[in-house]
Amino acid sequence: MSERRMTWKEIQKKIHEKYDDKILKWFEHNENRIYVDIDPSDWIEFGRFLFNEFPTRFIIASAVDTPRGGIDILYHFDFLNLPQVFSVRVFVKKPELEIESMAPYIKGTEWIEREMNELFGIQFKNHPNMKHLILPDDWPEGNYPLRRDQ
Amino acid sequence: MSEIIPIGPYHPLQEEPEFFRLHVEGEHVTKLDIEIGYNHRGIEKLAESKSWDQVVFLVERICGICSTSHPAASVCAMEDLGGIEAPERAQYIRTIVAELERIHSHLLWLGLAGHFIGYNTVWMWAWKYRESVCDILDKMTGNRQSYAMFKVGGVRRDVLDEDIPWFKKELDGLKPVLDMFKGAVIDDPVIHARTKGVGVLTKQQAIDYCVVGPTARPSGVPIDVRKDDPYFAYDWVDWDIVVLEEGDVFAKAVCRVLEMYESVKIIEQCFDKMTPGVIDLHVKELPPGEGIGRAEAPRGEVYHYCRSDGSNFPARYKVRAPSYVNIFSNEVACVGEKVADAALVLAAVDPCYCCTERLIVVDHDKNEERVLKANDLLRLSHERTKEVRKELGV
Repeated sequence: MSERRMTWKEIQKKIHEKYDDKILKWFEHNENRIYVDIDPSDWIEFGRFLFNEFPTRFIIASAVDTPRGGIDILYHFDFLNLPQVFSVRVFVKKPELEIESMAPYIKGTEWIEREMNELFGIQFKNHPNMKHLILPDDWPEGNYPLRRDQ
Repeated sequence: MSEIIPIGPYHPLQEEPEFFRLHVEGEHVTKLDIEIGYNHRGIEKLAESKSWDQVVFLVERICGICSTSHPAASVCAMEDLGGIEAPERAQYIRTIVAELERIHSHLLWLGLAGHFIGYNTVWMWAWKYRESVCDILDKMTGNRQSYAMFKVGGVRRDVLDEDIPWFKKELDGLKPVLDMFKGAVIDDPVIHARTKGVGVLTKQQAIDYCVVGPTARPSGVPIDVRKDDPYFAYDWVDWDIVVLEEGDVFAKAVCRVLEMYESVKIIEQCFDKMTPGVIDLHVKELPPGEGIGRAEAPRGEVYHYCRSDGSNFPARYKVRAPSYVNIFSNEVACVGEKVADAALVLAAVDPCYCCTERLIVVDHDKNEERVLKANDLLRLSHERTKEVRKELGV
């Protein structure tokens, strides 16, 4: 367990160096809660960079239906022994609600993407195992419990 | 001969009904399908129609065993949203309640694991001594379970100074009990034979599946929210995080036993360091924005995310319980194990025993189906223990 961990400053610097032009917004709610906005087309590359470059753990993703004509997906990460929670926000537009799946690259995202698919109707392209997770199989199609426009 | 064995999901014995479909080649598991959602209660949706104060009560109903870890993450999220810092005394009281809960939850798991292996004495003892922890919680909070202690900006009840000597005495009484369980788990050759090298989750798998708590730490992933992102009073007391390397069922059991010692250490320090003071800030409203709260439940990190539009109700409330990620890791931990061991592996992440409630063996070759009940699974496991005993000559 002697491997040296990166500090938050080093991680921050590295993210800025590599992806500064792709980060649409960097917001620090406080020193331990960081939110960054990313375009859906950059998400896979950025997410893989986060997961592979640092000792990172994917915590969970939260989808939020917004009045802005789309759904916010927040992918929450932490850096193992650091207090920072790093939330990557991607905005997927209605009515397509399409985004590339992260599950082929980060195994831990498989279930939550299935959940967001059935609760919000977000389509995850190239998901390896897309079927219902918590809703019954005979749940009426096109009926999404956590959507606000239904 | 390839068989498929479905396990579950009826009659939840602990929490969270799940359904496991074991693909079996002879005696060994080759693949595992997991289905959850049999007891989906729509709590995230329900939370959107509750006031912030009520949400804390609502999330307390998510789990009956670790009933305080969800309110803990919940108040952390709301305090993060509002930039609120609860008073020092309240933080100590919160820590004491959370750690007492960890002890009773781990004792409960230990008892059930003992029962499953065929050590009913361990089961009875673990649950007997769990009572004294519940008694402390009862006296402190008024409830044995679902304590309703936490609120945004503080706690609901103060700890009375005249009660503290009794709490400490009860805690002292727990120490020899923990020694006994440590001995029972670490020194017993049969438990070694049944659990060592069984259901191994490697470090890489633990990282890939993003597991948490006593499923990650025994696999050599040193994560614990109490240390990494200290909340409540965890930063003000001295304690160690338990990390093991093997990743098998034995390591998971040892991790839980050793964690109970740390919990006792934390509680004692909290009682000693607590000074008189206010326990509640009487927070009236929360601003618009986002909040994230994390708490280390007995089973791992509980994660809450909330979004507020400035009204009295959350615009969105997201809950991630530790079993959500831990159960998924069974997909790899179970493969290669014997059927008699598989149920033990499934239980080692401390999800629930309801999964062992019903079992159907589908024999594709003969095109017939036989249904086995919970008792049959227990019998399989007990027979395996007997075999091991015979082999070891004990």
